[in-house]
Amino acid sequence: MIHLTIDSQEIEVEEGTTILEAARDNDIFIPTLCYHDALEPYAACRLCVVELEGKRGSRLVASCAYPCEEGAVVHTNSEMVRRSRRVTVELLMASGELLPLVRALATELGVPEPRFRLPPDDCILCGLCVRACRDIVGVAAISLVNRGIEKKVGSPFEIASNACIECGTCVLICPTGALKLGDITKEQKDVHHWDSLFDHHSCHICGDHNLEPQFSLDYRSLLGEQPSDEESSEG
Amino acid sequence: MANFSVKVVDDIVNDHRDGAEGSLISILGEIQERYHYLPRDALILVSQWVGVPLSQVYSIATFYNAFSLKRQGRHLVHVCTGTACHVRGAAQVLDRFQRRLEIRPGETTPDWEFTLETVNCLGACALGPITVIDGEYFGQMAASRVDKLLKEFGMEREKA
Amino acid sequence: MKIIRTPAELEELRRTLSEQQDPSQLCVTVCGGTGCLAFGSEGVHEALQAEIKAQAIENRVNLRMTGCPGFCERGPLVVIQPKGIFYQRVEVEDVPQIISETVVKGEIIDSLLYVDPSTGQKITYESEVPFYKKQRPLLLDMNGQIDPTSITDYIALGGYGSLSKVLSQMTPEEVIAEVTRAKLRGRGGAGFPAGLKWRFTREAPGEAKYVICNADEGDPGAFMDRAIMEGNPHRVLEGMIIGGYAIGAHRGFVYIRSEYPLAAKHLGTAIAQAREYGLLGKDILESGFDFDVEIRLGAGAFVCGEETALMASIEGRTGEPRPRPPYPAQEGLWGQPTNINNVKSWANVPLIIENGADWYAQIGTEGSKGTKIFSVVGKINNTGLVEVPMGATLRQIIFDIGGGIPNGKEFKAVQIGGPSGGCIPKEHLDTPIDYESLTELGAMMGSGGMVICDEDTCMVDLARYFMTFVQEESCGKCVPCRIGTKAMLETLARITKGEGRETDIHYLLELAEAIKSSSLCGLGQTAPNPVLSTLRYFRDEYEAHIYEKRCPAKVCPNLITYEVIADPCTGCMVCARNCPTGAISGEKGAIHTIDQELCVRCGLCKELCKFDAISVS
Repeated sequence: MIHLTIDSQEIEVEEGTTILEAARDNDIFIPTLCYHDALEPYAACRLCVVELEGKRGSRLVASCAYPCEEGAVVHTNSEMVRRSRRVTVELLMASGELLPLVRALATELGVPEPRFRLPPDDCILCGLCVRACRDIVGVAAISLVNRGIEKKVGSPFEIASNACIECGTCVLICPTGALKLGDITKEQKDVHHWDSLFDHHSCHICGDHNLEPQFSLDYRSLLGEQPSDEESSEG
Repeated sequence: MANFSVKVVDDIVNDHRDGAEGSLISILGEIQERYHYLPRDALILVSQWVGVPLSQVYSIATFYNAFSLKRQGRHLVHVCTGTACHVRGAAQVLDRFQRRLEIRPGETTPDWEFTLETVNCLGACALGPITVIDGEYFGQMAASRVDKLLKEFGMEREKA
Repeated sequence: MKIIRTPAELEELRRTLSEQQDPSQLCVTVCGGTGCLAFGSEGVHEALQAEIKAQAIENRVNLRMTGCPGFCERGPLVVIQPKGIFYQRVEVEDVPQIISETVVKGEIIDSLLYVDPSTGQKITYESEVPFYKKQRPLLLDMNGQIDPTSITDYIALGGYGSLSKVLSQMTPEEVIAEVTRAKLRGRGGAGFPAGLKWRFTREAPGEAKYVICNADEGDPGAFMDRAIMEGNPHRVLEGMIIGGYAIGAHRGFVYIRSEYPLAAKHLGTAIAQAREYGLLGKDILESGFDFDVEIRLGAGAFVCGEETALMASIEGRTGEPRPRPPYPAQEGLWGQPTNINNVKSWANVPLIIENGADWYAQIGTEGSKGTKIFSVVGKINNTGLVEVPMGATLRQIIFDIGGGIPNGKEFKAVQIGGPSGGCIPKEHLDTPIDYESLTELGAMMGSGGMVICDEDTCMVDLARYFMTFVQEESCGKCVPCRIGTKAMLETLARITKGEGRETDIHYLLELAEAIKSSSLCGLGQTAPNPVLSTLRYFRDEYEAHIYEKRCPAKVCPNLITYEVIADPCTGCMVCARNCPTGAISGEKGAIHTIDQELCVRCGLCKELCKFDAISVS
């Protein structure tokens, strides 16, 4: 068993427990956005950062991923944490009004109007949809595309996804409502459009599914042969 | 180079048989080198043959700068914008290329002749600012040398 | 070429090769590093080859293409051994003369000699060239001597002797103890004790362990790793095999950035040769130890220099870092214990084994042992690689070895540590360089890239440049880096355009603190450093931009004006003809004028004017 202190509370946990898990087990609130207990920690939103005391001073660590260590002293709402969270929240608000959680944090931390603006976008790139599709559902129909500020969630080549089975997990797990059911069913939207083009099947956790490629090219018959001009040129 | 050869891609993937998923980037690198871009259908084949989701292949293709999903021009112009070159005036060189070619970095001229890219340090800083065209290094570049260089690669001088 | 099966056979081969070499034999060496190649050294090499053949003197003189010895400013470099006659800026036209006069008759060609700018004297021999004389080349020592594509060149000079010693006389624990005692600190930039990391990796439970050589060298302006891999790849391999033995790893990866094709090529050749000679593969030198190495190329992502992103890349994924712990020593590649070190760290290992930890620990300062290679670039006379013991001062490197600032300009600052580092101004030039001293000054050792700035460098523009770099290279995973650095960039861009606001400096500092403390990986955590250090030492420049809408260094296009100076203007029309927006008017022979509405401040007119008739204010 590991013993540590969180917000002056002495806590005992099993080895391998993260600081976030330890906090939640003891009714200590740490805000999160990209965390989901059905998925591996992603540590991207940085809202869950906490202050960890160390030999050469304190530093901030992501509580969702940081393991509890013997004798650790953690502060979840110190000035150091609040200063960082304030900026993180303000930066999140740059692209819109977002979630009640973010708005509530903004009020509580005293974040004014964001001083920096980005084009409005409900997607905060928490990656939950992508990770769920890949690790829970297992079809990896969507992924994180591009890099840096251009990063976004998308289907391969931004067209209808071959692999999507319309299970709706991405819609369910999205914390901001950026994904809507209409994005993955018949109707195509211009931001997200990984709607599938075949009959509905359930995800592999609760039922069978059978995928057929929908592209015009039948690759099995092509192996070893040269494609003709029309077939392989860009669509 | 509008088409690609399925056999070529097959050979490349086979060369990396032992690497499996880990060799994805090397495989894409070779396709990029061969065709100067990554044809969509080649990526679909790679995804099937290596056995990884297409979304992963697409993520990789869009994450790394070395890969291009768009066809590129006949001549690849790489202007080094590393710190040493920047301090020696690379911004002016790039600016001149942009004006003459009338494209921004990442774009290709409408006649498919030139693609302009910036590159972050080639490690030949003594010659800075450097521009590499089709693998050939041109050192000690200045905005005033751009026109002449482009002419060497077939660009007509615009009317005054 | 046959497989070397035992340490004794290796020693035998070394002795044979050494005996075969006649120290008095004439040898012409040509630098084949990327820098000199770009200057045309390949052509020089070919011309030399042809001329030697034409004069039928192949039996009297050897020709060898070597790696980069570091004096890049003066390339192409040709050195004639054994005397070490040093010719610089050699062109193809000079070749016949070099052969007929120097090689055949032993006469020196004055015009090809290096002139020491401080004394005006011509220097004949390589060992007397001030640039080299003041250095302490340990890692770069063989770069001007051996053909990097020849394993026998390396073996002849004692190469793989350390590996032999390790495999036949030392236990893995003893190797780790030696490296620890030498106090080797990681040369990637963070300076973590290598021996300690090796020990962690060795002790961590796992079915398979790995060693990785981080050759991503993404810092713009840094090219020492490139020089080592191009010029002496076997030394890096030797270090990795020794490391693998110490840690208990049987597979190694060298992750090379895609922008270094020659380095990848030479390393590939080295690996193939090492395999042929039995120095890679099964039961190396009869030790029972198996080890092999693979090259993995990067694909244009600076973030892949970060160790967890690098591993993700090797695993075939995008270069997104992950939180640590767990550290790679515990869980690295494919979840197994992995030790990652920089090229220079690995290259130091055979030297430590050969000469001993005590020898190594004598070089450098108390906290930072050994030598460090710096790439000195930018506004500097002698662009190139400088290897000095830790503790050398900036002044020694920049002025004594680097030759100072060209065109009589004033030194302003040196940027160390690339986009993660900071600038150091005049007042600290006499600081002895080591890991701690640089961090205290707000900079960072980093990989050792030093970009020299002079009075014509705008420090706000430089900060903006680095932030642009970070924005392009950020993986985009975490909020502070992805969005925060964009906010900082936007602010810096406004300032350089003359749209700065009173609240900007405070905003930059607030963002910087948050990004530094809460970003997921080292890229984000160090991204604000250039801004913080330029604010620390050059706050007046920021304030001039914000409050006076003035750029003191006359760089920021929106804040400068180009004008024609009446007196020297001859009306030659060169500027007018080349102006991209047609902003210059005036007839032939008449003084020209620049229409400020149309002028975009591209600077072309000033560059082209032969009469110095354009002013910038």
